[in-house]
Amino acid sequence: MKTVRLGAGAGYAGDRIEPAVELAERGGIDYLVFECLAERTIALAQQARMRDPAGGYDPLLDARMRAVLAPCRRRGIRIVTNMGAANPVAAAGRTRAIAREMGLFGLRIAAVTGDDVLEAVRAGDFVLEDGGRVADLGNRIVSANAYLGAGPIVEALAAGADVVITGRVGDPALFLAPLVHEFGWAMDDWERLGRGTLAGHLLECAGQITGGYFADPGLKDVPGLARLGFPIGLVSEDGTVEITKVEGSGGRVDLATCKEQLLYEVHDPARYIQPDVVADFSGVAMVQAGPDRVRVTGGGGRPATGLLKVSVGSVDSYVGEGQISYAGPGALARGQLAREIVRERLALTGVAVSELRCDLVGVDALHGEALSARHPPGHEPYEVRLRVAGRTGTLAEARRIGDEVETLYTNGPAGGGGAWKAAREVVGVRSVLVPAALARPAVQVIEA
Amino acid sequence: MKLRALAHSRTGDKGDTSNISVIAYDPADYAHLAAHVTAERVREHFRGIVTGDVVRYALPRLGALNFVLTGALGGGVTRSLALDAHGKGLSSALLDLQIPDRP
Repeated sequence: MKTVRLGAGAGYAGDRIEPAVELAERGGIDYLVFECLAERTIALAQQARMRDPAGGYDPLLDARMRAVLAPCRRRGIRIVTNMGAANPVAAAGRTRAIAREMGLFGLRIAAVTGDDVLEAVRAGDFVLEDGGRVADLGNRIVSANAYLGAGPIVEALAAGADVVITGRVGDPALFLAPLVHEFGWAMDDWERLGRGTLAGHLLECAGQITGGYFADPGLKDVPGLARLGFPIGLVSEDGTVEITKVEGSGGRVDLATCKEQLLYEVHDPARYIQPDVVADFSGVAMVQAGPDRVRVTGGGGRPATGLLKVSVGSVDSYVGEGQISYAGPGALARGQLAREIVRERLALTGVAVSELRCDLVGVDALHGEALSARHPPGHEPYEVRLRVAGRTGTLAEARRIGDEVETLYTNGPAGGGGAWKAAREVVGVRSVLVPAALARPAVQVIEA
Repeated sequence: MKLRALAHSRTGDKGDTSNISVIAYDPADYAHLAAHVTAERVREHFRGIVTGDVVRYALPRLGALNFVLTGALGGGVTRSLALDAHGKGLSSALLDLQIPDRP
């Protein structure tokens, strides 16, 4: 019986590179998939493209392609990735140049476009998920990208592409597409599409299913995290998937790692909404099928909604931040005093902050006073770090927040050290649902 | 006992919504978890952090619960002022929950 072997080569833009090389060389895979596009990444990429029309694709594209193109070519492994970000055509061109440099002539590279729906959502009357109208964002809007489905990737594979580079697509679609292509699944075979989506969902965060984002020493130990192996999904024609990893690599694949990843970023498990299908994970069952091997069955699916989710990026605000540390006896009291001084200074000097956080790192920074208070320290922390972050309407005002923290060097409590400050523009991302027909996916194939 | 003794957990983020799974190490403990780790208890645990609803989904075949917390990420990952904008640490915070000992 035919099995398609999918490898996940990256779970986010900055992910480690050598596990993908290991997959290509020793994973026995048919497809190597890189998921590198977080919610906001495409908005930032769009800004990069505005500055440089040849840019706007993943900054690590070069490094990843140089690392895997040759071993993939040698073994006939096809690559699927969303590293095209805001400019898949330029990313495909760049990949062709790299392939030629490496002597990989004849390599076919496809660019999937059509996720950019900025003009269409500007022109329409669309209401954002959290309220407000897209049109009201005016010229603060920087991007609007629809999550495309597997269709155009399948088309690119059918056209013989060795490398398929997309912009925004549903993450699981990067994995679903090779399955549709290989097995000839119908695009209304909801059960199989749901199962393929399940396989994609399990694999898309790479190391998160092989023991990454998991270890808790003494309770959940993971061997070899410094050389964590990335996952392989062995998918059968009926959509059943077995998750494993390269033999001898670090990490672990078992029921615990697979269950955690199954529910990662899932809301209603019976309705995991994707462009191609509403997948149903509620009846999923898992069994340990061997060492570092888990068989996943029971996924299902229902008809797609006919709507696409669009991430709308817009300049939201500015954030200024400052930090400074205190150590030794009395560190906590000095950190608390520093916090009060900064609050008072921002008020005194009229810095208009719409939102302000003054956290003591090591004490209450992550979850605030209420949860931290339930964990009374047996003794005072040896060191604390004050972190002040505030939201403003201008960059200049944002800078004043870090400045006020920095002046604690000479104007604040004793022994303040390691002051650090930063200010940045915040591109916020919000969602809107649009009719699927609004996006017009297209595929271009070029040859090295 | 602390929830951490019976279950493991992972946090995911979408916009301003966090989801936190609670998964029994031993499927035999699932009923105990389902009885005591309710949406109300989770909401109470995260009072001051979560501004919206807490909804619980049950996955008995996996011995798992999935909590969806709206308004949990300081206005959303992309604009939050929080040090941990994704709320990655919320799962560890939930495992601090006190639950009755197993019968």
